[in-house]
Amino acid sequence: MSQATLAVRRISGHAGAAPGDDVERDYQVCKLVDTTTCIGCKACEVACLEWNGYTFTDTVFDNSYQTMPETTWNYWNLIKFNEHEREDGSITLLMRKDQCMHCADPGCLAACPADGAIVQYTNGIVDFQQQNCIGCGYCVSGCPFDIPKFNPKTKKMFKCTLCVDRVSEGLEPACIKSCPTGCLHFGTKEDMLDLAETRAKQLRENYGIEKAGVYDPAGVGGTGVIYVLHDVTNPEAYGGLPKDPSIPWVVKFWKGPAKWIGNLAMLGGILGVTLHYLRYGPKEVHDNDKDAKNGNGGKP
Amino acid sequence: MSTSHVISSARTTGESGGKILRYTLGERVHHWLGALFYTYCLITGLAFWSPYMFWLAAIVGGGPTARFWHPWFGVAFTLSLGWMYKMWRGDLAATDADRGWSKAIEHYIKNDDEKLPPVGRFNYGQKLFFWLMFFGVILLLISGLGLWFVESIPWSLRWLRYLAVTVHVVAAMATIGAFIIHIYMSVFMEPESFQAMIHGRVPGAWARTYHRLWYEQVTKDKSAK
Repeated sequence: MSQATLAVRRISGHAGAAPGDDVERDYQVCKLVDTTTCIGCKACEVACLEWNGYTFTDTVFDNSYQTMPETTWNYWNLIKFNEHEREDGSITLLMRKDQCMHCADPGCLAACPADGAIVQYTNGIVDFQQQNCIGCGYCVSGCPFDIPKFNPKTKKMFKCTLCVDRVSEGLEPACIKSCPTGCLHFGTKEDMLDLAETRAKQLRENYGIEKAGVYDPAGVGGTGVIYVLHDVTNPEAYGGLPKDPSIPWVVKFWKGPAKWIGNLAMLGGILGVTLHYLRYGPKEVHDNDKDAKNGNGGKP
Repeated sequence: MSTSHVISSARTTGESGGKILRYTLGERVHHWLGALFYTYCLITGLAFWSPYMFWLAAIVGGGPTARFWHPWFGVAFTLSLGWMYKMWRGDLAATDADRGWSKAIEHYIKNDDEKLPPVGRFNYGQKLFFWLMFFGVILLLISGLGLWFVESIPWSLRWLRYLAVTVHVVAAMATIGAFIIHIYMSVFMEPESFQAMIHGRVPGAWARTYHRLWYEQVTKDKSAK
């Protein structure tokens, strides 16, 4: 993988097309998370903090392995634990590495009003450019996975970068490198899908896990992070992974037709009053009541 | 055009060529404060609205600055509208005269003002404008809080995030429409009312023509003294 994969394909809040708008490359990068071999060790969390230069934040104890309820602006990678009750009444611990999904059709980028604050590279990585971020939080409303988080001190939004700095130098993301069980893989989207499907098939055929499958939601055009799940029909059980995520229709409407309806309405208003002025002109006082000072009330 | 230096008292008689106090200094100050707050929110809001207008943020200090101040100016505008409500509420209820006027509004649009029934200090259109801004800004403030503190809305209640966006856009558009008409009416169609909001006074003839009931009231008050 080379720097060429960092050509920009999409830019948020941008008037007109982005430089890499019509570029399609083979090397769409992708993380594969096999939840069936994750042991919840949180090594990926530590590696993420280390590589990106953040320190540990206070954890909360809620009678489970869950150290904090959700990712934060300086904690981009979090294992979500769920004590799941199987149909036969037995308990299993579902663990899923939660982070930015790097959607092919990113809701954050669609919602963002600031030119260049969110970009999507041709390798598929969706990256926040804090120097262009205005801290409005629109990306929070646009994201179907609740990922972008606000740093109140710098007033900028942050999230997982898919280690774009490492990837651009030919290295795998820090979380991948740290995984002791090999449940994390990194490569091209094509290879990862292939590997994931092979694993899912293995689970179905060799282990009798009939509902095993691959999570690569089509509603957001597929994602740059895909999961192998024991039960692909119930992703919600894995710490609230949405079953059929898509950009909220309000956000799509707001950033699509509403723009043109609103802009036309505003232009129409200005045009309307201009035409009215040309047709009727300013009001003139025709005062035919010069005797008002005599206090007759000035009936015409 | 008479000169204002001939007037010594705040309220004069309505004699031809004389001028009548229409807005006190306090009313003018509050109006222009409100205008400042609204215009700031309008410029920055349009910048956030469309990439093609994002350059507007540059004229008020750039995107992050605009984003920082937009909600605070919104709060300030809400307070200033509250103050205007306090000042003007007695003049803003719709009256029977307004109902007659609104039925004949066609004559107002066509500048046939002599065919309109007499009205008080504010006509029906002005009252509508005030109430639209008043309720519009309440919606903008409530929905704006949702946008301002979007992360405080829990994921399980995320429909509130989407509702906040929708309400904010619709209410903003409604106030922009009213704002366009307000500027047009006061600056272009009735330039005297723009002068009144600066100097405070209007010619008696103007008051007789457009706000006769109010004119009669203030001149009667004066002559009663």
